[in-house]
Amino acid sequence: MFHHLRPAIASLLALTLVTGVAYPLVVTALAQATFPEQANGSLVRDARGTLRGSALLAQPADGPQWFHPRPSAADYASVPSGASNLAADNPALAERIAADARALAVPGQGPVPLALVTTSASGLDPHLPPAAARYQVARIAAARGLPVEALERLVAQHTRHPAVGPAVVNVLALNLALANRAGL
Amino acid sequence: MQLHDFGLILAFFVLVLAPAPWLGRYLYRAMEGQRTLLTPLLQPLERLCYRVAGVDPGAGQDWKRYTGALLAFNAVGLVLLFLILVGQGALPLNPQHLPGMEWSLAFNTAVSFVTNTNWQAYSGEASLSYFSQMLGLAVQNFVSPAVGLAVLVVFCRGIARRSTADLGNFWVDLTRATLYGLLPFCLVLALLLVWQGVPQSLHAYVQAHTLAGGEQSIPLGPAASQIAIKQLGTNGGGFFGVNSAHPFENPTAWSNLLEVAAIILIPVALLFTFGHYVGDRRQSRALLASMLILFVLGLGATLWAELRPNPALAALPVEQIGSLEGKESRFGSVASALWAVTTTAASNGSVNAMHDSFSALGGLVPLFNMMLGEVIFGGVGAGLYGMLLFVLITVFLAGLMIGRTPEYLGKKLEAREVRLLVATLLVMPLGVLVPAALAACLPGAAAAVSNPGAHGFSQILYAYTSGTANNGSAFAGFGANTPYHNLMIALAMLLGRFGYILPVLAIAGSLAAKTRAPQGSGSFPTHGPLFVVLLTLTLLLVGGLTFLPSLALGPLAEHFAAVGGA
Repeated sequence: MFHHLRPAIASLLALTLVTGVAYPLVVTALAQATFPEQANGSLVRDARGTLRGSALLAQPADGPQWFHPRPSAADYASVPSGASNLAADNPALAERIAADARALAVPGQGPVPLALVTTSASGLDPHLPPAAARYQVARIAAARGLPVEALERLVAQHTRHPAVGPAVVNVLALNLALANRAGL
Repeated sequence: MQLHDFGLILAFFVLVLAPAPWLGRYLYRAMEGQRTLLTPLLQPLERLCYRVAGVDPGAGQDWKRYTGALLAFNAVGLVLLFLILVGQGALPLNPQHLPGMEWSLAFNTAVSFVTNTNWQAYSGEASLSYFSQMLGLAVQNFVSPAVGLAVLVVFCRGIARRSTADLGNFWVDLTRATLYGLLPFCLVLALLLVWQGVPQSLHAYVQAHTLAGGEQSIPLGPAASQIAIKQLGTNGGGFFGVNSAHPFENPTAWSNLLEVAAIILIPVALLFTFGHYVGDRRQSRALLASMLILFVLGLGATLWAELRPNPALAALPVEQIGSLEGKESRFGSVASALWAVTTTAASNGSVNAMHDSFSALGGLVPLFNMMLGEVIFGGVGAGLYGMLLFVLITVFLAGLMIGRTPEYLGKKLEAREVRLLVATLLVMPLGVLVPAALAACLPGAAAAVSNPGAHGFSQILYAYTSGTANNGSAFAGFGANTPYHNLMIALAMLLGRFGYILPVLAIAGSLAAKTRAPQGSGSFPTHGPLFVVLLTLTLLLVGGLTFLPSLALGPLAEHFAAVGGA
């Protein structure tokens, strides 16, 4: 095996230069040239240029006046992100969901959307199913003194329907619109 | 299931199956040094690699020399990666000033990436510098599937060649697999992923002021380039800790489709590469049929299980749909189930949903896929050579039934080959059942379990199955980052990788030395529906039955307790 050592080390170094140095640098250069916004993390800035977050990462939004993203097992930590990893039959899961559902339930609006009481896989899910956003509209309308219809229009405006996946609405986009009063 | 769910599944099969015949032919021509579309671009680079390595590309190797070269390359790779991980604190490209890894975790991680497993007991964004990701992990993400592909083409040559010891040259196969087989496709996929929103930057993490008045650290890095090879090379090691569930790794339903198709693109194409080697495309179609049967059955069962409401929540005032705990909104139950089945059929350890929170049966299918030894398409190269071992076993069993010397494509199977075949059958049980039983008995080891009841046992079983099958996904609540599990899972990964590669190379050597017996009227045909059925049943019986008792203790017990309300 020892006479193989020289080609082994030399091949590994050569392939490291190709796949570990040249390849990521070429991709970085091409990505920065063609899609700079996405390549740098889809960052979102407000009108004054302050960095407010990434369109792709959920952020905590407490208070009745905001759309709430899905619950996060890691409390929206981004370094590192994390999931609950509770088994379907773990009593802790049913207990947590029961408590959250009690707190969230709006009389007359039917059962609580499951997305609002289950933690996402990443803990940073930036989206909600449209029904889970609409479920929060009455609360936000009351807190902000806005008409319910305007908020429902806002949700509809921001809903995306990809042909190969479920309809979703971006929570940060909704909250930015609320903050800027845009489209309301 | 709604319209977009059918759209996803249809698009997936089209993306995977439509290019396979063309891609399979391209890979055959590339691996045999014939001219391809990309030869003018890549040949100078290929020649440069040989010159640097001091390799004569025309020099053939017998199976022992080939094996020696392969082992030397993997040993050097293991040592170098271990040193990078332990020493990253002193290396460049570390804008977050992350310290070196603890030794047992570094050993586990190095074994994991060298064996194409990508089991991750760490969280990338919190523990790894850009240097470790790019020059350490990403390099093994390229060369470990390239090694798998090399072993596969040696097996093909062993079947196709006659009365020779020459099986090709490891350094040539390794270089061609990396440069022609993986690199061009990664470049295209990486840019598509950036377009969908995956970051690709060498900038340090940035701080944002959230709308609600808090602070958020936004991790960045050269993610897209690494995620492309992570999927195309059936690796699966996430750039970020929560892997392909992270919105930066997999931002949209479209990126999800591209990635899940990329995972089995090359393994499916290799079926056709095999057909070119043996000069018989009917063989490709028979293997494809058997794999598709098992894949579709597994997908159907997982979809059924994941679309049913969780019985534990039936009495609560919440929407009664398939569970969304540990799933992302942009994927939902269907894309999560498709991903789980695809990644565990192939040996890709990435997850876009947390398997730990799947229903009992939704978690059983991924587990069972891995227990078969990752042969339903499987890892790049590794899946097909694993499947070919089952083909030889089927041929042997058929030979016993009809009372003739078993032969496959004109090569007689004799005592030596059958002994080696039986040795490979022992790899999965040895790597899974023994350490899982140990871990369940040792109090310190069992403390890694995070869920109560039968599911806790499933967590242990999943960890060692994933390691031995070189998959890399996890029931992620399992606290695997302890010296005990780091070392034991590393051993399982080594056994699962080299416990197949060594016998496969030995069988290839012994087949290549044989003459080709003429196909007579008594030969058992290895194509057509009869053989497909026989092969599929052999897989389920020989591969699967071994694990039935352990499945009964884990996911099956969990399922019956859940539906029975116990």
